[in-house]
Amino acid sequence: MDGVFSAVGSFLGWLGHGLDPLCGPVGIFSFLPPDSIVACGDTGWGDEIALGLKMTLSLALATLPLGLVIGFFIALALQSREPSLRRAAGIYTTIFRGLPELLTLFIVYYGAQILIQTFLAWVGYEERVEINAFVAGMVALSVVFSSYCSEVLLSAFKAIPRGQYEAGDALGLSRSRTMVLIIVPQLVRIALPGLVNLWMNLLKDTALVSVIGLAELLRQTGVAAKVSKQAFFFYMLACGLYLVLAIISSFVLGFVERWAKRAEIGR
Amino acid sequence: MSIAETLIPPRPAPKAERKALTTSALIGYIAQALWLVLAIGLVYMVLTGWDPEKFAKYGPRYLDGIRVTATLVIVSVAFGALLSLPIAFARMSKNRLLNGIAYGYVYIFRGTPLLAQIYLLYYGIGSFKPELEAVGLWWFFREAWYCGFLSLTLNTAAYQAEILRGAIQSVPKGQREGAKSLGIPDRIAFRKIILPQALIVALRPYGNEIILMIKGSAVVSVVTVLDIMGQTRYAFSRTFDYQTYLWAAIFYLLIVETLRHVWAWLERRLTRHLTR
Repeated sequence: MDGVFSAVGSFLGWLGHGLDPLCGPVGIFSFLPPDSIVACGDTGWGDEIALGLKMTLSLALATLPLGLVIGFFIALALQSREPSLRRAAGIYTTIFRGLPELLTLFIVYYGAQILIQTFLAWVGYEERVEINAFVAGMVALSVVFSSYCSEVLLSAFKAIPRGQYEAGDALGLSRSRTMVLIIVPQLVRIALPGLVNLWMNLLKDTALVSVIGLAELLRQTGVAAKVSKQAFFFYMLACGLYLVLAIISSFVLGFVERWAKRAEIGR
Repeated sequence: MSIAETLIPPRPAPKAERKALTTSALIGYIAQALWLVLAIGLVYMVLTGWDPEKFAKYGPRYLDGIRVTATLVIVSVAFGALLSLPIAFARMSKNRLLNGIAYGYVYIFRGTPLLAQIYLLYYGIGSFKPELEAVGLWWFFREAWYCGFLSLTLNTAAYQAEILRGAIQSVPKGQREGAKSLGIPDRIAFRKIILPQALIVALRPYGNEIILMIKGSAVVSVVTVLDIMGQTRYAFSRTFDYQTYLWAAIFYLLIVETLRHVWAWLERRLTRHLTR
């Protein structure tokens, strides 16, 4: 069994390397001469930056599903008939839409550290705990993402007529099946433009996690800038790479939006 | 045949039926209880950890930080509004070159993180010290505050240009044609007919943009500007007291919520002729 895992692992590693747009076999940096400052390998910063790019992408991709799920449930709570649920969800969105993302990040990072430490001390285990920056960043970003996402989904929920729910009742579908089979497909279509915007914001917000020391794109370029004393070049490179990420996502998401709207063409 | 001699005496309303505890109500109560516990915990934390010495030392610093954040946001929103005018008009012009430049500007500043832009200005351009000294701009790029101000201004200009463009284009064509048919010159038609209607449309996005700027300005603390966030990080690095972050959160929430309510009031007031 171990052999299978390692084979799969090495295959994935090979695939990741093969498709690496910066340092892979067909990567941009690989075509540069080996003495260039962004060359891949020990002499240049190319591989470090490629790692950072990978980290940025994986952070954003890990945050997205978590944020979407939390946001969906917050949106459900916001439009529920139960006032206590509405109030609780309202407090959530008010707080996390009002706080700067950077502050949320610090609060999650240090707060979780303190919470775990006091809990461990209470159990009788005294040691310094360091929270993983990736996890802290993921939690903080998905909290922020979900509170904006809930607003987008809430307005999408309001755009779906009551008759759709009633039709589900008339067909004898349960509430949850009505939700999954009838409401959510329409919800996705209506909310998609808003969600695309949120994804773009999320991509940009991942840069903030560099402040708590996660080795993502901006952090890696920053280190390169400090060591090589070519700050302007490296920060330009970072901006350029973020821009490329934005362009690629808007391209891909444009396809997704057209795909989601394929039933509406002709109307 | 009978005639009622007296009216039925008033009776109390029937007793409200007790609602069964639904799942959503249960979750709602639990969630509210969690918030309550959290709030009590925070108050408890502040009360038990209250240190007059720290308060005397960092209280004025926080006030100073609020002042810095407020100045930074107000100044850069104002300058950004000025800068957004030519960008918005270039974006609407038929000249393809102008349009392309403005589009590129907006795309670049909206597509890259504010933090990267600040780094680029402060560390990136700041690394050309001799050249900047030769041009006489070193005093500007030396100061973190100016760099923060410049990047916030450039950033918000891109967003505000889009807001302005969207608002102006949302005014129906008939308004312009109506002005033309009345013989009103283009310039005056724009100032007295198009712009007032556009600004009402733009009111809400402008409010959101200011709130985004207040939140975004926290990023300048990373390049050593001592705004609310900067003072918080300074205090935390000295005391390792978690309360410092809670106070920052309270200040930001207060500012943002106040602004949001003031803006909502302003919007109601300015659009009262439109409500039916």
